[in-house]
This record gives sequence, C-alpha cells and structure tokens, in this order.
Amino acid sequence: MTRFVLRRLLQSAVVLLGVTLVVFLLLQLVPGDPVRVALGTRFDQQTYDALRERSGLDRPLVAQYVSYVGHALTGDLGVSFRSGQPVTTIVLERLPATLSLAVTAVLLALLVAFPLGVLSAVRSGSALDHAARVFSQFGVSVPDFWMGIMGILLFAGVLGWLPPSGYVALTEDPARWASHVILPATAVGLVTASILTRFIRSSVLEVLSEDYVRTAEAKGLRARVVVVRHVLRNALIPVVTVVAVQLASLVGGVIVIEVLFAWPGVGRLTYDAVQARDYPVLQGAVLFVAALFLLMNLLVDVLYARLDPRIGLR
Amino acid sequence: MSGGSDGTLRRTLSALRHDPPAVAGTVVLLLLLVVGVAGRWLAPAGVNDVDVDQMLRPPSLDHPFGTDELGRDVLSRVLVAARVSLEVGLVSVGIALLVGVTVGLLAGWYRGWVDNVLMRGMDVLFAFPVLLLAVAIVAVLGPGLVTAMVAIGVVYTPIFARVTRAGVLSVREQVFVRAAVSIGASDARIIRRHVLPNIAAPLIVQTSLSLAFAILSEAALSFLGLGVQPPDPAWGRMLYDGRGFVTEAWWLGVFPGAAIFLTVLAFNLVGDALRDVLDPRQLTVSEANRSRA
Repeated sequence: MTRFVLRRLLQSAVVLLGVTLVVFLLLQLVPGDPVRVALGTRFDQQTYDALRERSGLDRPLVAQYVSYVGHALTGDLGVSFRSGQPVTTIVLERLPATLSLAVTAVLLALLVAFPLGVLSAVRSGSALDHAARVFSQFGVSVPDFWMGIMGILLFAGVLGWLPPSGYVALTEDPARWASHVILPATAVGLVTASILTRFIRSSVLEVLSEDYVRTAEAKGLRARVVVVRHVLRNALIPVVTVVAVQLASLVGGVIVIEVLFAWPGVGRLTYDAVQARDYPVLQGAVLFVAALFLLMNLLVDVLYARLDPRIGLR
Repeated sequence: MSGGSDGTLRRTLSALRHDPPAVAGTVVLLLLLVVGVAGRWLAPAGVNDVDVDQMLRPPSLDHPFGTDELGRDVLSRVLVAARVSLEVGLVSVGIALLVGVTVGLLAGWYRGWVDNVLMRGMDVLFAFPVLLLAVAIVAVLGPGLVTAMVAIGVVYTPIFARVTRAGVLSVREQVFVRAAVSIGASDARIIRRHVLPNIAAPLIVQTSLSLAFAILSEAALSFLGLGVQPPDPAWGRMLYDGRGFVTEAWWLGVFPGAAIFLTVLAFNLVGDALRDVLDPRQLTVSEANRSRA
C-alpha cells in the first residue's frame, strides 16, 4: 500500500511538472508581446516596463520557467495584468462560489442517479431500466448550458419562481443562495446524474453476477438483504471514485454555466481573463484547476486502494 | 485480411440495421450531412439578412423558427450553422485521431523510453479538464474556426493515444505479428498490415463517440465567443446571443440548442451501437472521456 501511494505520488509530481510547462508555454504562444497585447489601448511605458519586469518576461526562457515553477511552489502565481492583485488571491476568492456550485450539482446528481442506477440494475430489462437508459442517453447528449437556458426560460421567465442569474454567498444568506444555485446546479447535475446512473447500473449489474451473490440468494436471504448487504457494499466502491472524479472535473469544467448564470467562480474568472487578455490570471486559474484535478485524482486512487486492497497490490 | 474486414463490415451493418436507436441516429446523421453540404441552398433566407421590422418575431409560416434580435431568420441560421459544427467535429477529431494514433503506435510498438516520454506527455494533457484546456489554447492563439479545431483536436488526442497503445500492446504479442517480425518484415509494414487493421474496431468506436464530444465542445467554445466569429452563425453562439432575450423570445433558446442536442445524440446512438458490436469490452472509455468533459 505504501509503495503504491509513493508511486502514485511520484507519477502525479511528474505530471504536475508537465502541467506547469504547458501552462508556462501558453504565454509564449501569444502572438506578439503578451504585456503589450494585454495593455491594448491602456498602454503607457511605465506600466509596461513594470509589468514586464514583474512577469520576468525580459529574462531567458529557461530562467523564466525555473522561476515560474519556483514561485508556483510557494503559492505565487504572479500578478494580474489588469488589477495588479496577486493571482493566487484572486483565484482563491472565486473558489467558494465554484465549490458550492459543484458540490450542490454532485449531490443533486447522486439524489437521482443512486436510486435510478441501483433499481435499473436490480430490475434489469424492466420498463424502469429502459427509462433509466433513455434518461442517461439524454443526459450525456444534452449541452448543460442549453439545459440552463431552458431552466431560465421555464422557471425564471414563464413561472417566475427563480432568479434568472446572479449569486449570493452561502454564508451571507443560505435561502437566497439556494434560490440562485438551483438552476445552474440542476443544469450541470443532470449531465453528471446521467453519467453516474450508467456507472452505478453497470457496477451493480457486475456484482449481481458474482458467485457470492448467488450463494446469498441460494441460502434464502431476502432480496433486499442481498442487495443492501452484499451487492451495494461492493458495487459502490468504484462509484465513490467516479463521484470524486466528477466533482474534480466540475471544479474546472463549469465555465459555460458560470458565464450563463453570472456565477462568480473560477470558470467565470477564466472567461473574464480571456476577454481581458489577462494572461497571468488565465495561467493561474488553469494551473490551479489542473493541480486540484490531479490532487483529487490522487486522493481518489489512494481511497480506492484503501477500500479495495487488491488495487494496491497491482 | 480483406475477407475478414468484409465479414466484420457486413456483421456490423447487419447489427446496426436491427438496432432501432442506431437506425434513428444514422438517419439524423445523414440528414445532417445533407443540411451541412446544402444548408445555404436550403435556407429560406440569407443568414445575415438584417430586417429591423421583423425583430424577435415568433415562429410563423414566413419564419418557421422565428427571427432573432436583428430580424434574421433563425431557421436559415440553424441550417447554415450545421456545416460549422460538422466541420469542426470532423477536422478536430481527425487531428486527434491522426496524432493520437501515431503517438499510441509509437509508444506501444517501441515501448521503453519512447513509450515513457510520449505517454507521460499524454498524461499531462489528460490532467486538464477538456473545456478549460481548449479555452486556454484558443485564448492565446486567438478565437476563430481554425484555432477551435486545433484546440479541440489537442484535448481529444490523449484518449486516442491511450486506446491505440492498449491495442498495440495486446496485438504485438499475437503469433501472426511475431511471425511477421521473424521473417524480417519492416516495422512500418507490420504496423500497416497487421497492427492497424486489428486495432481498428476500438478506434472506430472512439472516433464516433469523440465526434459527439467534439461537437459539444465546439458549441461550448462558440457560446463563449471563442469559435466561429460573427456574423457567421454557429449554434453555440446563437444561444449566447439569444440568452438575454430568451424569456420573451423562447425560440432563440430552443432551436439552436435542439440542433446541438440532436446532433450529439445521433453520434452517441451510433457510437454506442458500434461499441456493442465491435468492442463490447470498451464499456467505460466513453464514460470516462465524457466525465472529463
């Protein structure tokens, strides 16, 4: 187990180094001088010189990269070309909004996917199973932002029950936060729910065909006991990991929904940085999300190895 | 090999014919192809014909999908935009297929340090959420059709490299490949004649499913203003432009979104059916891929 964790840790460190290289090279791909491009019509020589020096762009490429990684390791992701604020501070300020949206979306998804996935596997071939498969096919094919627009149309436009967009912090006013989060979280959660439904269904089906389940049935245990005590306990191990991966991908993957609903999270920050050509913020947000994504995947693998000791032995 | 390939093709087509969702998906895709090629001629009005007297008109006989905030015919714009989605989907998946298969072949065939270097590179690309990386690439290269294709191609390359490498690793141990090596056939010949035909099935499945994801990604990029630039129509951009009017003009939200949904659904239905026939073991690859989107 320890060897497995160490090996995964080393692999993640190597990939993270590669990630920093890709993110660093992004700035080099900008046609022309990125500081000049970013300043646009606001150009003045003094600001230009200060930003170039602060970004280290006047130094050789290798020195720039080494310095970039060195600073990133200490949590320094540079300063915004626009506001002059540290990028790390800006990203961390936006994180709670994204996390609250992602966690709500995953919880809503689980609320639907868990009963639907389990029941459709247990009653495989039934009308419910077919309905679950249609639902999951629908969910993986529908763009989440279209679902968001349809939600705005129905619940904000026609019924007038919910606000069409905007954000209130959970800590500020939980009720108003809930009324604002429900539409974006449902739009994102629907896609997640369909992926989880498929996964839970196939995981439960796999375990249902195991010998020990047949033994449990043969010794006369009630179906409910077999499912709850024998099937779910084993079938849910891989599901835990998929849920965690989903959560990780939502933290970096809800750009469009955050833009649509004016949700001030990391995705919206990335979009704003693109619009303003604020490259350090773009780089910082991308690096932060990718590192978080890697970390979550690492934790998932360790958790998986802990839940299923066979994994750690491979 | 050719007799076997014909047999597989016949079996695949026969299985698809007896799968109603796959038939429906194929019909939609064929229609889409016609619209993609002939959209400009099928469109009842010019895509950029602005008519301020006809702004935000609901669907009618003159404008079956209504008009937008500039009085342009939504049906015409939806029809012409099909070409953009198909083009971006096909070219970007083509790039991913070409680069990914090359990387996967080299890594799986030569193993050792080649494998290590190439696949760690793929791991790095895999470490980014798909849309985030695509947005970052387009942001630095500048928005537009070509950069969107390149960006989507780059982000979908690792999945093809992984599928190819896994296939090569298993095929290279087969007796017929060892026999070819022992009679002195060149690497290029073995890969072309023996390896590629035997890893084609999972690649066909992955291509079909990736087309669905690529079209979703293109729609998301154009929604963010990073795909096709105005005034050319793209489904995602139409949704973005119409989002402010959607509560008073529902048709601006419904029709372009429905077009994206139907296209992606069709590719998914065909992809799933192909997977069931050609590669039943590959049950979770698409799900894993989608989950990262």
